[in-house]
This record gives sequence, structure tokens and C-alpha cells, in this order.
Amino acid sequence: MKNSSLNAFRAMMYRDFTLAMRNHSEWANPLFFFIIACSLFPLGIGPESNTLERIAPGIIWVTALLASMMSLESIFRSDFEDGYLEQLVLSPYPFTLLVYAKILVHWVITGIPLILLSPLLGAALHLPTDGIGLLMLSLLLGTPVLSLIGSIGVALTVGLKRGGMLLSLLVLPLYIPVLIFGAGAVDVGLGGLDVSGHFLLMGSILILAFTLAPLATAAAIRVSI
Amino acid sequence: MWKFILQLTSFRNFYRFSGRLLPWLGGITLVLFAIGLYWSLVVAPIDYQQKDSYRIIYIHVPAAWMSMFVYIVMAVSGAIHLIWKTKLSVVIANACAPIGATFTFLALVTGAIWGQPTWGTWWVWDARLTSELILLFLYIGYMSLYSAIEDRATAARAAAILAIVGVVNIPIIHYSVDWWFTLHQSASISVSKGSSLHPSMYWPLMIMATAYKFYFVTVLLQRTRNEILERDQNANWVQEMEKQL
Repeated sequence: MKNSSLNAFRAMMYRDFTLAMRNHSEWANPLFFFIIACSLFPLGIGPESNTLERIAPGIIWVTALLASMMSLESIFRSDFEDGYLEQLVLSPYPFTLLVYAKILVHWVITGIPLILLSPLLGAALHLPTDGIGLLMLSLLLGTPVLSLIGSIGVALTVGLKRGGMLLSLLVLPLYIPVLIFGAGAVDVGLGGLDVSGHFLLMGSILILAFTLAPLATAAAIRVSI
Repeated sequence: MWKFILQLTSFRNFYRFSGRLLPWLGGITLVLFAIGLYWSLVVAPIDYQQKDSYRIIYIHVPAAWMSMFVYIVMAVSGAIHLIWKTKLSVVIANACAPIGATFTFLALVTGAIWGQPTWGTWWVWDARLTSELILLFLYIGYMSLYSAIEDRATAARAAAILAIVGVVNIPIIHYSVDWWFTLHQSASISVSKGSSLHPSMYWPLMIMATAYKFYFVTVLLQRTRNEILERDQNANWVQEMEKQL
């Protein structure tokens, strides 16, 4: 049984990957949103490089957070609408494990591209080279948390017709700690101070979210169906 | 004892019991507020640095305490609902949300008013203020999630899960002033270390805190009773009560 659960986990990941790869908009649209939203700031604030350098970590973090939030619905929405999610709950495999697989896939298709793209946007916003490494590291620790916490929000609102606005209301407050430490780590590092504290805290937030969030998500899905 | 508690979870028994309790609770609340407000605003000595403006702590600090306490009550009754599926705990959790949001709002507003003379600014993005603001958003999220889902049973369970997830914010608020060195002063009163406040200022604060607690219980019971009547409006006992009116 244990082995077959692992197989189910793998099959779940394979299925979601294949679906995401065939449906380009699922992973591409959040990325384009990320680029466009980031490029709005220099237009709105003005192109002075020292102003942009100062606020670049914050801009990139906030837009990454919004991009991740906008793609959240793809975790469960279409599966809920065609009844697939119901079948997953009824399946003999531990549902939490399948939820883990879905969240992991969501992070890989939306989080990792954001991390890979962030140096480009960092450079465009005149972020110094030291800052870019810190930014990528903070995104690497932070974006999985966004997917994990976000999955709870989607699971709670998936049964609603127009859950989009409500989703942001539920999820954004819970994102705030990640944003504070993520953008803070880059700021602190650029100021020449020790960043290990920020990264340790982000790591512990990640572990906490990783262990507990999928349980809450699975419970919320059971409620929503 | 258990039998008594179990009997109380029925709407009808709870309504009767809380009806007997309410006048007492309301009376105690009024007396405590009268004593507490007079003592704290008139009798308590003037702070040598902040003059009279410090007196806002008697409104601000209990409101901030209650904002966290009410959230915990809400999350615990949500958890009780998820585990034992009791109807009453949903009603209590729902009654908590607007009260808690009001306390949080009051704490934020009085904090801003106090911040103006002492810090020279209405608002700073410091850890405690920000986490208290998140708490307000959590209350609002709870209420909007509950009202967005049409089916009552589903709404109750979904909102309970959200309330439990939000509990992570409570220790962050509580320890924010110890973990981060920020503008908001750290706690003057703690269970383990006792109080650094002078007794002449400490006791009125305690009375105000107790008054807030009694106020919360009174309003909570009243709101719970209203929702019980609304939910059970077609039940026999409510119909009979209506006839007697």
C-alpha cells in the first residue's frame, strides 16, 4: 500500500505536469504578468537608477507574490469543475499526499520560472549584483510558501462561482510575513549586514507551511466539495 | 458537570441559561466600566513624561489584548465545531468575528491617536502594528468567507478552517515586540515577570481589562442568542415564546 501511494503521488505529478505543459497559458501568463507589472513601476515612479535600486527588492517581491496568487486557481479550479477532484477524494490513496503533489507541481510551473526570471528584472531595475543572488535565494525559500499557503485559500473558495476577490482577501494577509522577510533579506544584505537571520526565519516558515498547509488544504477541499 | 455542559449545547437550553446570566453580566460590565473609567481617567496619577496622554492605555491595551483573545475563542470554537460538529460552536464563532474585528479596530485607532503625541506620527510600519493590521484582515476574511458561501454548514466548516490557519498570527503579534526591536514598546505586564507598572496605574488597567472581558462575554451571549432565535425560528420553543409575548 505504501508503495502504491508513492505511485499515486508520482502519477498525480505526471498528470498535472503534462496538463500544464499542454496548456501554455497556465505557466506563461503569470510570467508575463510578472514582467509587465514590474516594468510598470519605472514608468510610474521615474527612471532614476538610485530610486529604483532602493525599491527593486520590494517591487519584485510584491509582483512575484501577486503573480503567484493569480495562478493559484489553476491548482484546483478545473479539476473541481469537471468532478476530478471528487474522484481524488474518493480514491483509496491518502488525499493529503495527492494535494502535496498538486502543490509541488504548481510551485514548479509558476515559482521556478519566477525565480529564473528575477535576475533579469533585478538588472532592469538596477539592483546591484550582490542583491540579485540574495533575491533569488529569498525567492527560492519564499515562493514554495506562497504556493502552500495559497492552496488553502483556493481550497476554501473553489466551490464559489466568483471566488477570485475573496481569494486575495484570504491569502494576502497570510502572505505578509513571507513578503517582509523576503524583501527584507535583500535590503539587509545590500546594507552590508548579516542576512542569515532572515533566511533562517524564511526556512522555518517554509518548514511550518510544508508540514501543516497541505493538511489544512485537504480538509478544506473536503469541505468545499 | 459533563451532563450540564452537553445539555447547554442545545439551542433551547443555552437560550434559557444565557437569558438568566445576561442581566448579571451586563450589570457587572457597567459597574466595572464605571469604576475603571473613573479610576483610570481621574484618580490615577499623571505620567511624568507623557502627561495625560498616557491615559489612553486604559482603552488601548485592553482592546489589543481582547483582539487576540477573541480570535483564539473564535478559532477554538471553530475547531470544536470541526471535531464534534456542535451547532452552538458555529454560532459562537460567528458571533466572535465582528466583536473581535471591532476590538482590533479600536486598538489600531487608539494606538494611532496615542502615537501622534508620543511618537510624532499616526502610523509606523512596525512589527506589532502591522501584525495587528493583519489580524483585522483575518477577521474581515473570516466574515466575508462565511457570507460568501451560501450553504450554512459548508460556510461554517470553511470559515472554521480559515480561523484555525489564522491562529499562526497570534504568537507573531504577541512576541513581535520582543523579537524585533521596534518603535512599539515591549510589554510592561507579563504573567511570568510581573508588572513594571506602578500599582496606582496597574490596578485601574486590570479593572479595565476585566471590564472589557465582561463586556465581550455579554455581547457574545447577546449575539449568540439573536442568531439562535434566527436559526431556530421555526422550532416549537421559539414559536411558544412568541405567543407569550
